[in-house]
Amino acid sequence: MIEPLMIKIANIEKSYGDLKALKGISLEVEKGELFGLIGPDGAGKTTLMRILVTLLLPDKGFASLDGLDVVADFRKIRLMVGYMPGRFSLYQDLTVEENLQFFATVFGGTVKKNYHLIKDIYSQIEPFKNRPAGKLSGGMKQKLALSCALIHAPKVLILDEPTTGVDAVSRKEFWEMLNNLRKMGITIMVSTPYMDEANLCDRVALFQNGNVLSVDTPKNITNSFSRKLLSVKIESTAQRFETVNLLKQLKGVDSVFSFGDTIHVTCGQKDMDENSIRKYLMAKGQQNVSVDEISASIEDVFMELMQKVDN
Amino acid sequence: MRTILYLLQKEFIQVFRNKAMLPIIFLMPVIQMLILVYAATMEMKSVNITVVDLDLSETTTRLTAKFEASTFFHVTRAQLSPAETDKILLKGSTDVVVTFPQGFERDLKRKDEASVQILVDAINGSAAELSNAYLQTVIGSYNQKIRAEMMGVPKFNPPQQIAAIPAYWYNPELNFKFYMAPGILVILVTVIGLFLSSLNLVREKEMGTIEQLNVTPIKKYHFIIGKMIPFLIIALLDLTFGLLVAKVVFALPFRGNILTLYVFTSVYLFLVMSIGLFVSAISDTQQQVLFVSFFFLIVFIIMSGLFTPVESMPVWAQKLDIINPLYYLIRIIRNVVLKGSGLLDMTRELISMSVYGLIMFSLAVWRYRKTV
Repeated sequence: MIEPLMIKIANIEKSYGDLKALKGISLEVEKGELFGLIGPDGAGKTTLMRILVTLLLPDKGFASLDGLDVVADFRKIRLMVGYMPGRFSLYQDLTVEENLQFFATVFGGTVKKNYHLIKDIYSQIEPFKNRPAGKLSGGMKQKLALSCALIHAPKVLILDEPTTGVDAVSRKEFWEMLNNLRKMGITIMVSTPYMDEANLCDRVALFQNGNVLSVDTPKNITNSFSRKLLSVKIESTAQRFETVNLLKQLKGVDSVFSFGDTIHVTCGQKDMDENSIRKYLMAKGQQNVSVDEISASIEDVFMELMQKVDN
Repeated sequence: MRTILYLLQKEFIQVFRNKAMLPIIFLMPVIQMLILVYAATMEMKSVNITVVDLDLSETTTRLTAKFEASTFFHVTRAQLSPAETDKILLKGSTDVVVTFPQGFERDLKRKDEASVQILVDAINGSAAELSNAYLQTVIGSYNQKIRAEMMGVPKFNPPQQIAAIPAYWYNPELNFKFYMAPGILVILVTVIGLFLSSLNLVREKEMGTIEQLNVTPIKKYHFIIGKMIPFLIIALLDLTFGLLVAKVVFALPFRGNILTLYVFTSVYLFLVMSIGLFVSAISDTQQQVLFVSFFFLIVFIIMSGLFTPVESMPVWAQKLDIINPLYYLIRIIRNVVLKGSGLLDMTRELISMSVYGLIMFSLAVWRYRKTV
């Protein structure tokens, strides 16, 4: 079944002076999808989102939300899009309730009318409704910002790094909320620098330097990893730097990355196996080496794609 | 239209939640009126005069007594050499030195003329001119008196002379406070209106709240009007306070219609706030807004005719005053308060300010971008 398109982006380019922030981006997001923009800081995620919510004009290209042109139909788009900027942008000196009320009314509605949409989220911060928004914790600020972005019942939600600077528990809760909203039929585009959050999206686009490297479901993206991936674990972390250097010298190894408390080594499918690497490291005087073949994560794919671009 | 009401509600909540706001609103007008009206005076008082009387005759003593009789002068007598005279002027311990040379009275009687030397410290040009003019008047009137005495003119045939009898209208006692107080009121409403509104707008940019606001369907002119009305009301409130202080403390006569004054001031505030909001629409930080507004405010105040008469500026500067909002309101407020002028007497100013205000308002709305 082909869902109708909700967001269509075609060859969008945007420069700030000499800096090319977006170098011809094309993306399509279906109705009801939870779509992730994954990439490091400065990749162009925020610029693309600002173009979609009519805050920026593209230099070239075309973008539409639910068939409305982001340049020509900007007035209509402002009515049907909910936006949460990367920086907390509500009034810090207004209380939780006053902020919600204000954003409901400037959209010509009331809090009551769309309360069902925000009920699950807002009920968590309702006990603090008389507190100034500036005095909330990071997680509560995100919930309030999401409530304010939702209160006019938008068809599309655009969330710019909503989980940056939020603790792990709040991050998990936040993604659960997004999942619930998707079930209500709201299309969501969310950006994040955290690769682990990519798996929670229906589809993701990998961003780097103003380009889209890949667009697919998280599963297909990790499956697209064409090489063998080996995880090397050594007992002593003090030796890790040396180990990385040793592995880099080994013939047949494509790339070596430190990855948490392990080292990820990629190589051609037949060039290398667990045993040969273990033997090599032991011969060089490393002790207690364990090597396992693992399946790739989004981050591994990202590293691989970035290497391809660099070459 | 309802959007504006919601915006206003939000602005008022924020204004009154700001702890610095109430002192600004209530104390500023009182303090400004009490301090500035007294301080900004050009009335001549207690000019220090040193009389060096080398003649010590009856005539010189009587003339010196004349100086002493005036409230303007504070007279010291001293016997000084020319070098010492220079010294005290240089040190600034006296403002004027009057020297009667030896033989002053003799010359006056024998040759029918005598010279007196007046040295004035002219660092402050206008004060120097005023004290010199006043001294000349005192000496001049004394001169006529002794001429009549010496010539022995009969009482019924006085020497012919023209007597000019001035009458000071609208401010008969030449009370400088009546002249300054309305002007200070203008400064007061300007500072409140201009700075509060323009800083408020650019603060939304600095805090980032504008990013959320810009994706709402709020219209640009709604937003600008929403930033104006609260501070218009506060400025008018402060005008009321200032007027009350002027009335109670300085007994400022109020000859015009108070409603007329509020109409003029509202149009004026619409104009200055539009200028301020235009500046903040093209700025990114409060610092930029402060510097630009401050620059214009100083130029506008100096050229407004508050302290020095506009008529004594060069013609090109007078022409420039067409874009000086303060020039209009200072003229208006003095005329309304002291002369009792009405709306019809000052239609030219009213129309100028309205047109100017509409232009600046349009510029502010146009330059305020909902895109970044």
